[in-house]
Formats: sequence, C-alpha cells, structure tokens
Amino acid sequence: MKPPPFEYHAPRDLGAALQTLAEVRGKVLAGGQSLIPMLNMRLAAPEHLVDINRVAGLGGVERTEAGVRVGALTRHSELERAGVHPLLTKALKLVAHPVIRNRGTVVGSLVHADPAAELPAVLAVLDGSVRIARWEGSSPVERDVPAREFFVGPMESAVQPGELAVSAYFPSLGPRTGAAFEEVTRRHGDYALAGVCAVVTVNEDAHVTAARVACIGVGPVPVVVDVTDAGGQSAAHELDGDVAQLVQDRIEPEDDIHASASYRRHLVGVLTKRALRNAAREAETGGA
Amino acid sequence: MEHEITLVVNGAARRVSVPARRLLSDCLRHDLGLTGTHVGCEHGVCGCCTVLLDGRPVRSCLTFAVTVDGCEITTVEGLAGADGLSPVQRAFAECHGLQCGFCTPGFLCTVTALLRDNPAPTDEEVLEGVSGNLCRCTGYQNIVKAVHRAAELLAEEA
Repeated sequence: MKPPPFEYHAPRDLGAALQTLAEVRGKVLAGGQSLIPMLNMRLAAPEHLVDINRVAGLGGVERTEAGVRVGALTRHSELERAGVHPLLTKALKLVAHPVIRNRGTVVGSLVHADPAAELPAVLAVLDGSVRIARWEGSSPVERDVPAREFFVGPMESAVQPGELAVSAYFPSLGPRTGAAFEEVTRRHGDYALAGVCAVVTVNEDAHVTAARVACIGVGPVPVVVDVTDAGGQSAAHELDGDVAQLVQDRIEPEDDIHASASYRRHLVGVLTKRALRNAAREAETGGA
Repeated sequence: MEHEITLVVNGAARRVSVPARRLLSDCLRHDLGLTGTHVGCEHGVCGCCTVLLDGRPVRSCLTFAVTVDGCEITTVEGLAGADGLSPVQRAFAECHGLQCGFCTPGFLCTVTALLRDNPAPTDEEVLEGVSGNLCRCTGYQNIVKAVHRAAELLAEEA
C-alpha cells in the first residue's frame, strides 16, 4: 500500500512543465486525490511524475457574463466557496467529502474522466470545454476541446501523453434557466450508482424552450440527452411525462457489485424526472 | 533519489530527506516520529490520517511530502495548547466521542477546522463535516454531541 518509486519533477512555470511533459511523458500530479490512491494500490506505476502544484498562473477562477474559467490548480473547495456558478456549486457538494475537496482539483476530476463522477456531467450538459497545452518546437501550443470530444471512454479523456489540461470553461446558465443535480449513492460522498444533471430554460409563459440532461454511472462517458422536444411545448411541470423513457433508452448501464444494470436504469428514470422538475422550478422562479 | 524538504510541523521547522514517493503520513510518522497521525486505509477513505495543511484539513496519505515542501502542517500533537487539551479534545473526552481512539486524530483535526470556519454548525453541517471520517466504535452519536459541545466550549472561551 505504498506508491511504487518514480522520478519526480516539480517545474515552476508552465513552459518548464510542458517541456518536461514533452520530454518524459509523465503522469501529471495536481490534487492527487484520484492518482495517489491508484499509486498506493499499485494500480498505476508511472515512471515519471510531473507535480504542477508549484506552477505559477495555473490557479484561479475567472468569471465573465458568458461563463467561468477554472485553472488547473483550482481546488474543489475553492470553486465551491467562490459560488460563481449555481450548477457547479450544487455538483461540487456531491464530490467526495469536504476534506478531499480541499485538495482535489476541478480540472483533475475532468481529466480523470471517471464515468460516475459529477463534474464531467456538468461540463457535458453545459457544453463546456477544456484547454489543453503542449510543447511544440520552442513554444507552447494550446487547443480547446469541447466536452463532447473531451470524454473519450471510461477514465480516458482527450488529453494525450505529453499534454497538460490548463483550464476548463463552464458556460453560464443564462436567463430563466434552472439547473439541478440528483444522484443516488450507497453512502454519503461515494461515487454515485447513478446520477442525473439537468438544465432547463423556460419562456415568460413558463413553457420549456430548452432542456438537457447528462447522466453519470450509466455509460462509458456522461450520457447527454436533449429532451427539449420530448414533452412537446408543455408547461414545465409536465416535462416529466415520457422524458424518463427517452433518457432510459439512451443509457448503457452495467452490472457490478454495487448495483444491477436494471436497477441503475430504474434510478435514471426516477432521477431524470426529479432533476428536470427541480431545474424547471428554479427556472420558473427566475433562474438560478 | 532523496529530496531535501522543510516542513513547519506544529510550529517548528523540520528539515528532512525523503524519497519522492514518501507519503506525508509516513513522513510524519517515520521520519519525524509523530505517530499521533494514524494510518488506516491508505487510500483516502477512512480519514484517520487527516492533518491540517496550511490550516485546511487534508488526507496525509493522499499527499506526497515533497509536494508540500515549505508548508505548515498541524498534527494532533499540535492541537493542545500550553495549558492542556484544546476545547475540541476536551469535548471529545467529555462526551465519550471516542472508544478505541484509532480514528480520533483525524476527527480532531477535521473538527478543529470545521469549527474555525463554522463556529455554530447545525446537526446537518456537522454530519457533512465529519462524513469523510470513519469510526467503528462510537456509532457517531457521541461524536456529533462532542462537536456541538466543542462549539460551546470555544464560544465560552472566545
């Protein structure tokens, strides 16, 4: 239960970090709340570890009217306290325990890409993006990858060996828009058996003009379903009609020791209705 | 390869040479002889190894010592003042908030930070606050009581 030996690199600036990564193709260490358990259990044994905790300029939360940009070193607790995005704040309260959130990073959770994790679903439902940097020739090169291309498979993101995710961008909810995150866990703070994140926009007459959900724990990546047309142009409180079935048809739950596939499918039905109802209610009362 | 690092542990600067893979929990216990920090699961689930890193509770088993070079660490040994046990420690003793004591160092560090940030937590806030710490003896009821009692003691002494 001790980590295997590795060569340790602690660059001080982004250029040095990217050059080191280009050279050694090591694993990036930020908060370490997923990586270090994997090292301790010897599920991973990277030859090189590139610790970015001392890299200047990778922290911080930048808020504009259009959205929130979160730096690679921003801890879960820091973003939770900042309270700059209602859906993110809701989702962050569901991420592990407060003590883990003091250390774990938001961008780290995205790159780790656990199919049962909350933050990938938030990025996916909002159609956010992740900025990835690499060293090419004699300078850094950056690219923005949209959420639908970022999550490639279970525990696999679009970040390639030698690259570093430097920030993530979460678009704002917009006017008359509400959001909710509902999940079922065996114990408080555990990874969810299943979870549903919903964003609903209504017009002045409380009719739904946009509704999207992202499901976790029931597919290799967050499953995003646009359910705007599923309820017709019905009033928000009627949105939960056949929508659950539509979402249940799109997921690919699996059996494991925690729950059967059919139970997970059942949960997604219940949670979809609950999340849409709560998001619609928030939208009707003026948005988040 | 060994790395020379300096940790400010319970107010005293401690210089130590560690391999990169040394967990902060092992550095505290083996290199610095501070065995008050307990190690249970070593993958971040049980919370026994919780210490304060620059004032915030973190899992020392999920932190490399080299990463926190130059930081301030408070362990359970550093909670008591010159005049004896801290209010949180006294409340745990008074309310029977421990039995075997294995999980207690983690609870004490977690609760010390919890009450500093939120001096009068509700039951729900206490449960959320200690949700990352496992105790197999007490059934938690007396731990929750101890947190409320500690809040009272801290308020009296403020």
